[in-house]
This record gives sequence, structure tokens and C-alpha cells, in this order.
Amino acid sequence: MEFQGRTWKFGADVDTDAIIPARYLNTSDPDELARHCMEDADPDFPNKVKIGDIIVADKNFGCGSSREHAPICIKAVGVSCVIAKSFARIFYRNAFNIGLPILESPEAVDGIDEGDQIKVDVDKGIIYNLTKGTDFKSTAIPPFMQELIDADGLINYVRGRLNK
Amino acid sequence: MGMTITEKILAVHSGKKRVEPGELINCKVDIVLGNDITAPVAIKEFEKIGVRDVFDKDKVVLIPDHFTPNKDIKSAEQAKMMREFARKHGLTNYFEVGRMGIEHCLLPEQGIVLPGDVIIGADSHTCTYGALGAFSTGVGSTDMAAGMASGEVWFKVPESIKFVFHGDRLNEWVSGKDLILYIIGDIGVDGALYKAMEFTGPAIQSLSMDGRFTMANMAIEAGGKNGIIAPDRTTIEYVESRAKRPYQIYRSDDDAGYERVIEYDVSNIEPQVAFPHLPENTKPISQVGTVKIDQSVIGSCTNGRMEDLRVAAGVLRGRRVHPDVRLVIFPGTQAIYKQAMKEGLFEIFVDAGAAVSTPTCGPCLGGHMGILAKGEKAISTTNRNFVGRMGHPESEVYLSNPAVAAASAILGRIGSPKEVE
Repeated sequence: MEFQGRTWKFGADVDTDAIIPARYLNTSDPDELARHCMEDADPDFPNKVKIGDIIVADKNFGCGSSREHAPICIKAVGVSCVIAKSFARIFYRNAFNIGLPILESPEAVDGIDEGDQIKVDVDKGIIYNLTKGTDFKSTAIPPFMQELIDADGLINYVRGRLNK
Repeated sequence: MGMTITEKILAVHSGKKRVEPGELINCKVDIVLGNDITAPVAIKEFEKIGVRDVFDKDKVVLIPDHFTPNKDIKSAEQAKMMREFARKHGLTNYFEVGRMGIEHCLLPEQGIVLPGDVIIGADSHTCTYGALGAFSTGVGSTDMAAGMASGEVWFKVPESIKFVFHGDRLNEWVSGKDLILYIIGDIGVDGALYKAMEFTGPAIQSLSMDGRFTMANMAIEAGGKNGIIAPDRTTIEYVESRAKRPYQIYRSDDDAGYERVIEYDVSNIEPQVAFPHLPENTKPISQVGTVKIDQSVIGSCTNGRMEDLRVAAGVLRGRRVHPDVRLVIFPGTQAIYKQAMKEGLFEIFVDAGAAVSTPTCGPCLGGHMGILAKGEKAISTTNRNFVGRMGHPESEVYLSNPAVAAASAILGRIGSPKEVE
């Protein structure tokens, strides 16, 4: 899996209320949720983000609620991948479960400015900053998480196990 | 080396003699929980798996508590979808409006969750049940769907951090809420990321069940996977009359391994207030300064239990809410509601000029029943003070215990119950 896109930078502890405020949780429709993605962190984000763009954030991205609507709206707005110094654990699980690629790399986060064009090789865990000509390693994806990705998400993985 | 209580529970549920931190396990679950926000997403995913029934109709629990009584048409549709799923699958533990309560108050009260259980819930505050000596953690809707279908869930066994609270007497007006806010203020909102948080020590042993639920409830606010307190006499007394099935008591071995041990002396801990916009921005009440408030909220899965209402009533008795403040009180369940009514607490609240609501998560997450306008400030006994949490992105939420929230409602600014005595 490879992605290339413009980066949008966010700070530390971006919580799920900032990613998708609860006032929009009376629906689970991905396209409707996408219209409010990151609204309380940057009200203009849903309008300016383009398909394939990449979110880059500091530590503890996705802290707070268990709402899967958070990774769902990020995926639905067209973001190809999220890179952060670290992820809150429920968000981390949810992202893998629904097939939103996420990578941990403190070095990459420090070495990327907003607007940089980057390329991400998810399988090799390498992040190339095309604007600056630098590259970074990300933390390896645990083997079981890789199995989930290979099965195309948790639901397919469980379906495979239960229908054996 | 011995095992922690968390490791013991996970080992038993994954059919192993022992488990090590970092190990990936497939675990049997005793309860799978969802609510009117998370279950609709889970139900759609469940349908994709292609099994006919849930793994056990007694073990899948659905509670419409977030946007209920339905706040708008869309919320009504979501609640309806969950209700129809519950009927179709004959779920024993679906609680309709009028019988339901805030999930994390209701499940322990009804004896649905018990010591030694493994519980997953599509709600981040599912960690509350750790107060009973269970392993309980929040997951997303897809994990919930997989759990409903298979009765299993995968986990990475977490490392444990032990928090020891020395001293047997809490300072005046200090409660479980203050102990957990104190921890979060100390270690930060990701200070226990992926970790089990085990609360021990004499001060925990002398804490009521209600206080323990409040502590375990906010483990997620430090990034924790679970919060847990080993069962003792207080736990067993609480569980005995409620349990309808057998349960198991586990305790950590003396030689169990911990990533860290953090010790506190409760004689140094005052009531805490967490300033916007993170629960880690705590200050002792004596250092709050002047913060005028527009609203005070008492209730939620964190502080909507009997003890919380009694403490609030104790502060409010014979006093009036400040003319510039709206005080809204949310009992956690119908049983708590009825008990509070019996004890005359509602008379105290209404005489003070407070609004008393039916149980709902509403205001805590900015859903309904107490939304803040631009620039408004609230003190709240809830669990999160993120940007926009209770309404407008330019409103502010300060977190505290029920005594401070009640006193602040009288004072019109954040203040200590000592100021109104």
C-alpha cells in the first residue's frame, strides 16, 4: 500500500470530540459524518482537504470516546492515512478494524511541516517527505494487525473464522 | 513471578495458565455492551458477518442512554434500529426508556457485570466495571459487532501500573473523583496509554463502591486500557444481592510484575478541578481563582450515583442556586431516581432552584439537555472537558466532584463547599 498527498498538521491530544463532535452523532452515514470531520479543531478542514491528503499529528491522536465515527469520518472525507507520534488505544483499534491506515513515527511528525508533500509506503513502514527530500521509519505494524489488514478488516477476519 | 489481577482474569478467559504483558490473546467475553450511538454502527457490521444469531442473548446488552429520550428524528431512528435488533434477537438485557439508566450506572446495579468478568463495551467508559474487580474496556463498534457474533475479542495483554493511596482518611469534601483527577493531573491524559491501572492502598479500601466506580470510570482519561480494584468486603456486599450467576474473585499476587508503582498520600489531596480543555489540567480547589459559571451539571456515568446525589443535596439543603446559574441534575438510573425521591433529595434540589432530569448521557457529551452557548462556562461532575464537549466550541467545561459542583452553583463561581457552610 502506497499513498501520496499533502499534509495537514495537528497538535497533541486531538480528541474524538474534535474529530467528530457528538452533535453530529445522530447519524452513522459516513458521507454525512465526513462533512464535519475535524470541525472543532479546524472548522474549514472538510472544505479544504483533498482526496488522498494525509493527517499528521502529535501524541495521543484520537483520545477520548470509543466512537468509531471518528476514523469513519476521516476515511470518508478522503484522508488516505494518519501519521502521529502515538495514538489513543481505542482509536488505534478502530482504525485497523475499519481499514484506515495509521502509522506511528515521532521523527516523521517532527520532520514534516503543514503543506509538505509526502509519500507513505505502509508495507515497508517508510515515510518520504518529498518536499524536503527526507525519509523516516515508522513503528512496525504488529503481525496480528497485519493479519487484520490482509483480511481487509476485522469483520472479514471474523467471518473467515466463524464460517470455517 | 506472580500475576496481576488483570493478567489472571485475561489468562482464565483465554484458556491459559498464565499470560504475559505484550502477548496477543483471543479472549472469551462475559458481556458485550452497546448504546444508541455505537450499536447502530455495530449492527450494520454484524449483518455483514453473516451469522444468524448473537453468540448469547443473555450476554449482549443494549442501552439507549445517549440521545434518549429521543432528542430528534435522527436519534429516534437510531434508537429504533437498536430496539428492533434487540427484539429480533430476543435480547434479555435491553432496557427501554423509563427502565433504562446511564449504562455504566445500570449494569453494576442490575448485577449484569460481576467480579472476574471480561466485559467489552462500545463506549469508552466501559472501564467503570473494573471497580468490581472485572477486566472491562471500551472498544469501537466493529469490535462490538465481532464480539456479538463470536463471543470473543482479541487483546494485547497490558502492562499494569499500580497506584497506591496511603492514608485511611480522605480530606473533607474529597471523593473518588478527586483521587482519579489527581492521578490524571499527575501522569497526563496519555500517562497510562495502553496500560492497566490498578488502584490499591488503605484509602481505596475505605472508599465506597460509588467512589470506586468513579475512579475506574475515568481510567480512560489517562489513556488506560482498564482501571481495576481488587474485590474486598465492600465489593462482595455490593455484589451479593445483585448477582444472578456465579462470579470469581481475583487478586494480584504479591510478586506480580508492574511497569511502575506510583504512591500518593491522601492527606495531601484537596478537591480537584480540571480546567479546560483536558482532564489533566487539574488544580486544587484552593488555587482555582475566580471563575464565574453559567451552568453546573451533576450526574453522568462518572458521578450520577446515590452517594453523589446525597453529597450534592447536603451542600444544597436550605440554599438557593445563584440567579445567574442553571443547575441540572441527572440521576444515573431509575432506581437511583426513586431512591433519591424517597430520601427527599428532589425536594432539596427543586427548592434550591435546580432542574432534575430523567437518566440520560445528554449534557455530558453535548448531546442535549444542557448545551452551552458560545462563551459560556460550566462546572460539571462529568468526565471530559475537551473543546466543544458540552456545546459550542468556544464554551468551557471544568470538571469536579459533586460537592464542588453544588457549591459552585450556589456561589455563581467555582468554589469550595467550605465557602457555603
